Amino acid sequence: MQTTFIILILLLGFLITFQIAKASEYVSVMRGEEKSRKQTNKINAFLLLAFLVLGLIGVYYCNEKYGPKILQFGSAASDHGNDVDNMLKITIIITGIVFVITQIILFWFAYKYQESDNRKAYYYPHNNKLEVLWTAVPAIVLTVMVGFGLYYWFRITGEAPPNAMQVEVTGSQFKWEFRYPGKDKVLGKKYFKAIKEDENNPLGQLWEDSTNKDDIYIVQEDLHLVVNKPVKLIINAKDVIHDVGLSHFRLKMDAVPGTPTTMWFTPTKTTAQMKKEMNDPDFVYEISCDQMCGQGHYRMRGTIVVETQEEFDFWMAKQKPKFYLAHPHLDPNAPKKDSVDKIAAVVPQETN
Amino acid sequence: MSNEANMHGHAEVITHHDVHHDEHHVHHHKETFITKYIFSQDHKTIGKQFLITGIVWAIIGGLFSVLFRLQLGFPEQTFPILETFFGKWAAGGVIQPEFYYALVTIHGTVLVFFVLTAGLSGTFANLLIPLQIGARDMASTFLNMVYYWFFFIASVIMFSSLFVHTGPASGGWTVYPPLSALHQAADGSKIGMDLWLVSMAMFIVSSLLGGLNYIATILNMRTKGMSMTRMPLTMWAILFTAILGVLSFPVLLSGAILLLFDRNLGTSFYLSDIYIAGQILPNEGGSAILFQHLFWFLGHPEVYIILLPAMGMVSEILSVNSRKPIFGYMAMVGSLFAITILAFLVWAHHMFVTGLNPFLGAFFVLLTLLIAVPSAIKVFNWLTTLWRGNIRFTPGMLFAIGFVSLFISGGLTGLFLGNSTIDIHLHDTKFVVAHFHIVMGVASMFGMHAGIYHWFPKMFGRYLNNTLGYIHFWVTIIGAYLIFWPMHYEGLAGVPRRYLDLRDWHSFNKFDDLNKMITVVSIIVFAAQLMFVFNFFYSIFKGRKVRTQNPWGSNTLEWTTPINPGHGNWPGEIPEVHRWAYDYGKDGREFIPQTEPVGENESKDH
Repeated sequence: MQTTFIILILLLGFLITFQIAKASEYVSVMRGEEKSRKQTNKINAFLLLAFLVLGLIGVYYCNEKYGPKILQFGSAASDHGNDVDNMLKITIIITGIVFVITQIILFWFAYKYQESDNRKAYYYPHNNKLEVLWTAVPAIVLTVMVGFGLYYWFRITGEAPPNAMQVEVTGSQFKWEFRYPGKDKVLGKKYFKAIKEDENNPLGQLWEDSTNKDDIYIVQEDLHLVVNKPVKLIINAKDVIHDVGLSHFRLKMDAVPGTPTTMWFTPTKTTAQMKKEMNDPDFVYEISCDQMCGQGHYRMRGTIVVETQEEFDFWMAKQKPKFYLAHPHLDPNAPKKDSVDKIAAVVPQETN
Repeated sequence: MSNEANMHGHAEVITHHDVHHDEHHVHHHKETFITKYIFSQDHKTIGKQFLITGIVWAIIGGLFSVLFRLQLGFPEQTFPILETFFGKWAAGGVIQPEFYYALVTIHGTVLVFFVLTAGLSGTFANLLIPLQIGARDMASTFLNMVYYWFFFIASVIMFSSLFVHTGPASGGWTVYPPLSALHQAADGSKIGMDLWLVSMAMFIVSSLLGGLNYIATILNMRTKGMSMTRMPLTMWAILFTAILGVLSFPVLLSGAILLLFDRNLGTSFYLSDIYIAGQILPNEGGSAILFQHLFWFLGHPEVYIILLPAMGMVSEILSVNSRKPIFGYMAMVGSLFAITILAFLVWAHHMFVTGLNPFLGAFFVLLTLLIAVPSAIKVFNWLTTLWRGNIRFTPGMLFAIGFVSLFISGGLTGLFLGNSTIDIHLHDTKFVVAHFHIVMGVASMFGMHAGIYHWFPKMFGRYLNNTLGYIHFWVTIIGAYLIFWPMHYEGLAGVPRRYLDLRDWHSFNKFDDLNKMITVVSIIVFAAQLMFVFNFFYSIFKGRKVRTQNPWGSNTLEWTTPINPGHGNWPGEIPEVHRWAYDYGKDGREFIPQTEPVGENESKDH
């Protein structure tokens, strides 16, 4: 009903507009086309100027309204995020100045030089000095921007420090899985043809590789990171391309099946600190999939908890390596009395 | 131009005339309805065919955007009417994710390729090349006809994909594999994707035929006296566009064919290490990123394939309506050339976060930001063209000014995304959507509208209704900024593109009002476009008749043809050209057509 109503109103509005438009054509023919053309010209020139003024006010208003809602400068929660914010700041200032000046010139010229019987257009085909000026100035400004950009780029994409914690992130339709290397700090080998989800091996870990035995597997649970400790993410995908998007850390990296990628950063604020700083008790770091990956793309969400080393150690101590979930009979901590099948059936539910 | 050269030229014309007289004779065959309007070889008719097909696609693409905007603006609301029309795709009046992604994908594909490539270049290159360089028709009129019909076949295949059971392609217009390569990955990756690829292959064949014809015609068939540097800037822009297309479209064709192989013949060009839907696939050794290189090697030049013709037309229209020469003609040509070269060297800036080698990335940052230099030259030259002009605001002129404004806004945000550091944060967010819609989508659309309003009298011998034209312009430019300007802020907050519902996201769910506003405005803007379409078709038959040969007081050759030129364009001999196209306001004269010999006392500026 409502839709029909809206369509009817649109149709009516259209009919009225059309009738006015047609009538205005006849009127202009009757009044003399030249005269009415000149009048329309004045109106449009004025409208262009009005558009400029209202537009600039709109830009200011928009910034006031949405500026506080966007992730504000200084709110980046990683070292690399601060670099990105700095570059963003430099770029916004430079482009902002150019934007305001050129738009003002464009609409002001359009208004000022509107057709008038008293003016003859000035024949001005070229001026080499001017051309050189506006080749050179943008070139210099851009050099500055490229310079800063590459300085930060190489800082962000450089080698991770040797003490960085490693975490493997694997994307698949439509979830995130994480793997910690465990006590040996080495992620065990894996191969996609070894994936057997019903046998507690969703990543295809090769159990014959002994470094796999202490690897911790996490799914549908927070990814835990330590504040002020560099972390290197090793990023994989099982099926299609995904992307690990960390908006609060200002970072992003594709997850490509068959081609592992990496990204490292240092979280600088714990989740608790962010809650206080953003004045938002529900604050949570989110992982968004930023590469179109199918019909569940928009809800492929992961969460991260950044905490102190003690909190992290406490949490980590509670985790059980996937190896023992896949091979319960080898687990030294498993209750001996129960049958193997029963434990295998129960334990995964606890961790999941 | 000296008097001597002038007389020399005159002697040549006589022989010219004889040659063309024979040629002209050929065109007097009795034409049937089919040869005149359907399988026509007249470049003007083919141009109109492209324009009308483009308009049909623009309505479809625009309507799709309104549909998915409904979902984005009102995710909690149901629209029972949608279920009436789309059945299971909008079960319960809610747009289903698979449907949403199909809408987004087809919207992108159709607008980028079918509207802004075929609809824009196809229309204006066909219409203007022979008319502005002074030729009877294209170099090969037959190829030109085939060019349209391949595009038509591509259109039919793409359109038919909308009706298959599993829906059309839904992996985004960039169709990255493995999502687009695996049937299990999405419904849209089933038969819909094959149809998409075949349609694009046809489209690429069509583009190549067209592009080669443009290049051959511009290089070989200019009339007497029309040296390259006397051509209007539209011709330069179209020449560079055609070169870009001819060199880059084949790469996309190879990418598409390899993808077809991966889909249907079991090859592993793009596939490796895949476990999907509980199934381990045998493919190993392929690279999913390879496709992105092949795609963007076309994909980035494609942006300029869309933008350059718009730039050319805007240059022409700004100059004509400012009653002033375009400022810095040679710099304009040079910057078009620079953009053309650089367009081939920046494709990987779409891939900064794919795991691309950072060192390699640095070069792409440099080259990408370098494009801002020729772009800045163009903007400043356009501004100087307006300076001390005597500006007439025809609807075409307003759209041209709007183009410059949008090109500035969208170009500047390109400096954010081209800089890899910032791109890490903004990649694949709404910021990107806002950026490319302003600079490539809306700006080129403005260029196209400017062209339509400006050359409609030449196409149909009638004017479009001016009042509707002004309403169209003002609604569109205000709407375009209202839709896309605030969208940058969503992107800065990290809101990813292609998300149909943000309610579950703590970081992104604070833009409800904004999304509602954008949706409402986009419906209004779409309505304004429909009004334009109505104006277009109404004016073809009922518009005010053109009564003067040269209604805009323009210098270029197309306005020396009769008001309704027949096949062959000029009834007599093809006029000879004696000067460049931009002698407006020279020596106190309003304008001096290109066909007028240079007077003895004329000043020598230029």
